[in-house]
Formats: sequence, C-alpha cells, structure tokens
Amino acid sequence: MSTNEESGISRRGFLAISSATLGGVMLAPGVRLIEVASARVPEQAASKQVRWGLLIDTDKCATGCDDCVKACATENGIKDTGHPRTDAQWIRKVELKDGRSGRTHSVPVMCQHCERPPCVAVCPTGASFKRADGIVLVDRHTCIGCRYCMMACPYKARSIVFQDVTDQKPEVPRGKGCVEGCTLCVHRVDQDRQPACVEACAKAGHNAMTFGNLNDPQSEIAQRVAKFSTSRIRADLKLDPGVHYQGL
Amino acid sequence: MHWLTHPILAAAFALTGAHEHSSLLSNRTRLRGLALLIALLVPALALAADRVPKPDIIIDKPGQCVEDTATMRRGHPDMLKHQRDLTVREGVRTRQYSLKGCIECHASTKTGSVLGDKGFCQSCHDYASVKLDCFECHSSKPKPASEPKS
Repeated sequence: MSTNEESGISRRGFLAISSATLGGVMLAPGVRLIEVASARVPEQAASKQVRWGLLIDTDKCATGCDDCVKACATENGIKDTGHPRTDAQWIRKVELKDGRSGRTHSVPVMCQHCERPPCVAVCPTGASFKRADGIVLVDRHTCIGCRYCMMACPYKARSIVFQDVTDQKPEVPRGKGCVEGCTLCVHRVDQDRQPACVEACAKAGHNAMTFGNLNDPQSEIAQRVAKFSTSRIRADLKLDPGVHYQGL
Repeated sequence: MHWLTHPILAAAFALTGAHEHSSLLSNRTRLRGLALLIALLVPALALAADRVPKPDIIIDKPGQCVEDTATMRRGHPDMLKHQRDLTVREGVRTRQYSLKGCIECHASTKTGSVLGDKGFCQSCHDYASVKLDCFECHSSKPKPASEPKS
C-alpha cells in the first residue's frame, strides 16, 4: 500500500486532481489549456463577476454591409411585416460623416447595455431590468407596453411590437404589445456562444465586433479596451454602456 | 333536456303522484313512490356522469413526467411561473420545469404542436375554459431537429 492511499488520496485521484489544476493554470499570458470559470452550468444564475460587453472597431466595419442586422433578424425571428416605420429594430447600421474632414464611419448601433440604464429607472412595472451580468432585458411577462423605456433610452434601442407575431423561435419568445430590444443574444450567451451579430461579422471576414467579459482581464475585449482608445456613444450621460466603439 | 322529458324522471314523477292532489294519496303510497324515485335516480345519475364529455388528453410519448400526474395537473402553472422568473431574470436554464421542456415532450407527433383541437395544452385548457396566454409569445412547437440543440 502506497503512502498516498494511507493519507486518503489514491494515486489515480492524485493524478486527476493535479491534471485538473494544471489545466486551469495559464501556460502563457492569455493562453490556457482549459478555459476556467467561463462555462456556466444551466443551474447556475448569471454572476455579478461577469460584465458582458461588445467592442466595435469602426475601422473594420464595412460601409453598406448589414450582415449583423440580417443575422440578428434571423436569430431572433424578426420578420418584415410590411410596416418598415414601425417594425421592431434591435440593431441598425448608422452611417456617420464628419462634415469638415469628410471622414465616414459605418457603425452598428443596438442596446448599449448600460450599467445605469435609464430604461430600467423609468419602468413602472419592473419589466425592464438589468441582469447580474450586465445584460439589459425586458421581462415580457410583466411588460405592459407603456413605452416609457423607449422614450427614456438615448440610443433609440427599443421597439414595441405592433403586429401579432407567429412562428417565433423557441428560444426567443416575442409578441404583440411588448417592448423589446437587443438581448445580446442572451440565450446564446448562456450557452457560452457569441451573439449572432458578432458571429456574422466574423463570418463575413470583417471581425469588427468583439464580444466578451469586460471584467475578465484575460479576455480579448478587456485587453483591447485597456490597450486602445475606445469611446462610448453619449458618454456625457455617464450611463456606462457595455458597448464600446473603437476609432469613432 | 327538460327533466319532465327525461324517461326515468318522468316515470318517477308519475309514480310519486306529484302531479295529483297530495290529499288523494295515502302517506304510505307517497313513501313507496319516493323510495322508487330514489332507486331510479341513482343509476340515472351514474349514467349522467358518463355522459359528461372529458378532454382528449393525447400523450404521444408515454412515460414519467417531471412530477406525478396529480401534481402536474394541479401545479403546472406554478412550476412554469417559478421557472420563467428564474430563467428570464437570473439566466437559470434548467430544463426540468421549463415550458420548452414541456413542449419538446408533449408536442403532437402529427401536428408538431401543443396547440390545436387535440393538442396537449389546448385540449385541456379549452375544456376547462382557462385562457392559454403562453403561446401569444412562445412558440408552440419544439425546435426543429435540423437546428443545433439549445
């Protein structure tokens, strides 16, 4: 009998523990054998340790490309109802031009997932809320469709659904009379996947969008926000949005 | 059906002599009539119970649900309500008490939905006359198998 077994740890158990520990140890800065603490099991609630964010590189975002908008619509089951002025809009492309220099930007704008969201502050029923990990959502079960949040949002990020909705996606319930907006594809994020817009942007080869945990210093988004000059839209409002823009 | 047109009730009515002047009948006759009425009514009520329509509950995938049948019948709205708050507000995505879990198991193999006249949810809710709000927003069909499971 080995000494390990006497102390209550078998040789096999010891090996298992040591390999698991080694797997979590960083091999080099930012490089790990096993990504630790990124995966959340379904039983686990969203954590305050995480702050989901987006970084949009406006130099890489292509003028005229709306792959992110299309991907969002497909993922979330947003269909054209023939009323373009009132259809729900979770993400849109905005073309900017500096009047003096003539420099142009093309940027996607969606819910900015503020740390201090005005849409939450004004909601009379508590339907508009911020999840522990920073994702701002509408609980349709309590939304009464009053649209206060739509007026409070400085980014025009929310829409109300005017038409009956049929054939919804099983993971994205939507219906008439409720306000809605970008959810950062929360159903994907909860499974450690990227939002649909980010995936589509990478697929098109632009790689203008980076999604990740702003609170994790090892994440690509946190490192890029620390390294490059980034800005937030209407930073003067001090809402601390989770969506950062680079090169704006 | 009017009670007088019911064959058994009408017979009992005639036998008890309720339509005649009660003074013409002795107490004994009336008692006998009453006993006969009760004897005839008991099977009549039993027959009546069988005539009450029951909802068609079609279970395509027999087996054990997440709780026993009695608990599910009485408690499923509370389970769903509790689960929906956990999922929407906290991001807990366990499947045991989720609406998606219900639909995946209970959707009809014919229509692929829990709605429709014989759909698992709608057949019972129609019968009990309880409004079914879930599917104004939620999909009544499970995710097609071709798409990645979530």
